[in-house]
This record gives sequence, structure tokens and C-alpha cells, in this order.
Amino acid sequence: MYTQALDVHGREPVPAAAAEVAAAAARFQARIDADEKIEPKDWMPDAYRQTLIRQISQHAHSEIVGMLPEGNWITRAPSLRRKAVLIAKVQDEGGHGMYLYSAAETLGISRAQMFEQLLSGAAKYSSIFNYPTLTWADVGAIGWLVDGAAIMNQIPICRCSYGPYARAMVRICKEESFHQRQGFEIMLTLARGSAAQHAMAQDALNRWWWPSIMMFGPSDADSKHTAQSMRWKIKRFSNDELRQKFIDITVPQARFLELSIPDPALRWDEATQHFSSGPIDWNEFHAVLKGSGPCNRERLEARRSAHQAGAWVRAAATAHAAKQAARALASQEARQA
Amino acid sequence: MSDPLPDPSAADWPLFEVFIRSRSGLEHKHVGSLHAADARMAIEHARDVYTRRQEGVSIWVVRSADIVASDPGEAEALFEPARDKVYRHPTFYAIPDEVKNL
Repeated sequence: MYTQALDVHGREPVPAAAAEVAAAAARFQARIDADEKIEPKDWMPDAYRQTLIRQISQHAHSEIVGMLPEGNWITRAPSLRRKAVLIAKVQDEGGHGMYLYSAAETLGISRAQMFEQLLSGAAKYSSIFNYPTLTWADVGAIGWLVDGAAIMNQIPICRCSYGPYARAMVRICKEESFHQRQGFEIMLTLARGSAAQHAMAQDALNRWWWPSIMMFGPSDADSKHTAQSMRWKIKRFSNDELRQKFIDITVPQARFLELSIPDPALRWDEATQHFSSGPIDWNEFHAVLKGSGPCNRERLEARRSAHQAGAWVRAAATAHAAKQAARALASQEARQA
Repeated sequence: MSDPLPDPSAADWPLFEVFIRSRSGLEHKHVGSLHAADARMAIEHARDVYTRRQEGVSIWVVRSADIVASDPGEAEALFEPARDKVYRHPTFYAIPDEVKNL
């Protein structure tokens, strides 16, 4: 499961004009402040609705596109056990996309609209999936780092103010922790294997470390929607707080694996009791998000062709359902005649 | 047949709400929703989407359009009258400590 803070790239919230709307917004904020959950039919400010539609649909798209890099290794998994695990994980990601699309639909956007936004390239998804999976070790690194970062991002969303999103996140987080553990297990096996296997694990860490760090989104100084999302309790921690937490727990895990993190500036800071790390290349983040990552074109192409190739299946299912309904109606009428 | 198939993605399949009984003896509980061409497909999809880890022994699906819900705007009128009827709860009644089994 894969979320990413993309909030800096969305639209500006629409300012409420009428006094009535302002009063309703104040009542709404009071409910949020009292830790009440907002449900689909409750009144909500349009900007709250739009922010959630954007965030939940991007999150759903990330799950769906996230099946591609790992799906790449299903046929070449090194054992039957690894293959069964990888299939289960990729199927989970698909399921997570379904939970999230359903949650977004409660806000008034249709599934077809969201698919259209993804396939046309209008919608964003997590930039991490625009990197290629070159070796089997990448499957381990994704589970360990990418799912690890996603869990860090997602656990606070289980307490999000919007009920359907929070409920979807609870379900997702429950399913997620096996993803991270199976990834770490792959890394551990490789790291303790032959010199070549250890090198393969190190190479995967080298390539996935910085993109994983970037999954937490722009730094707080550049994240202009963070304050509003926090007031609405959509977001509970800032991007930099979550990023720091992730670095702090992951560095010891890398040491256990006897792998080195590709950041020469990384060091323990006694004063802050945190690891301090080197600067992030935000130009790369923005370039990948805007479409210039190594696999952006390939990922969208794969989604589009899957959608087109499945068109006849959807048409057949629709026709079958119509035929069955007509038959049921006819036999009902025959019984009544 | 040379006619192009209609693009079914242009409109979504009907939405179904999914209810799962986690084990016998317990009630069915709402777990989420999904789109399906018909009820049978909704059951099949619900199995894949909501019971990958033995979460259920029985599934109900119902078209979302067939659910009649109370209006949140009327919540106060519907539910407030129960608020001052605390005498409906056993804790309302003061019983001396010496009295047992009551």
C-alpha cells in the first residue's frame, strides 16, 4: 500500500464567500475539533471534499500502478514460496485500490471519472512507481522500504476525520505489515547469501533509498496544504516528521542487514536523538512527478493497454447481466400469467 | 460482427454494498462496497476484495440504490428524544448496596 504526500501539487482551496457557508464551515470545524468523524452525507466545505477526492484518488491510483513494478517479477520469483507470497502481495495492492476508489466515490466522483483521470495522465500517483525493478532484490527493497514508508504515512490516516477513508485505511494497514516483513526477509536472505547476492541487495538499497525518502512528499517549508489538512485532521503529522521517523527506524535495520545507506552525510545526532541526513534532490522528485521518471510512460501505457484489452470482458459481463435479468423477468411474468 | 462494442467503462456498473458474517453466530456487518454487472458477480468480487484472509463465512450484497437511509439533517429530530429518557437504563435506579442479585 502506497500513499505519498502530493498535496503541494493540488488546486488551491476555494475561499468560502457567503456568510452562511462561513457559519456552516465554522460548525464543521467545531465537529472536527471535537474529534467527530465526517460521513458522506454530512455537510462539508467544498475544499474539504475536493482535497479528499484528490488525495484518496491519488492514493487509489498509486495502489493500482504499484502492482506493476512488482508484478514484473512474479514469473521470475526464485521459488514457489516467493512466487505465492508475491502474488498475494500484488493482489492485496489491487484490493487496496478498490477500497480507496470506493471511499473516494462516497464524495461524489465516479469510478469511471477516476479511471479516466489516471489513464489520460491527468491524475498523479506516487512517484516511486516510476522507477524500474531491475533485479529480484528490488522486490525485497520495495517491501522493506517502500511499504515501510507507506505504512509510516498511512497509520496516522486511520484516524483521519473522514470516516470512509479512515475505515479503508484501517483495513489496509492490517494487511500491510506482511508486505514489509516479506520484503525484509528477502533482503536478509540476500544479505546473508553469497557475495554476489549481498552486492545485489546493496545495489537495490542504493537505488531505492532516496526515492523512498521522497515518498513523504515535499519538505514542510514547501508543503503549502499541510496546515489546512492538519486543521481538518486529514493529516496528523507533517511530511518531515514522518520522514524523520522513517529514517530513525530504518537505519538500524540496514545495519542489521550489514548494508550501507547511500547517504554520506548520514550520522547520529546526540543533541536531537535523531539521525541527521543529507540533502534531498527535489529536482528529481519534481521531474519524476511531472512525467520524466524512468518508467512514467511505460506505467501509463501498461494501464491503458490493460484497460483496452479488458473492454470486451466488461462488455460481455454487462450483456450477460442484461440477458439474465431479462430471463428472470420473463419467467416471473410466465408464472404470473 | 463489425459493430464496435459499446464502451462499458463510460458508465460504471451498479454499486453494491457488501456485508460479511465473520463467523457463524455473528451478524453480517457492512464492510464496504464495489461495482458489479449483477448480484452474482458482486458476490464473486466481494469474495476477492473482502475475504482474502478468511474474514467471512457468508456474504450479502445489496444494490446501494436499494438502501433507504435516514437523512443526516433529521438526525436531531430522530435521535434527540431518546437523550432525556435515561430512565430506560438500569443505572438510573438507585438500589441499596445490601440488596443483591438485582
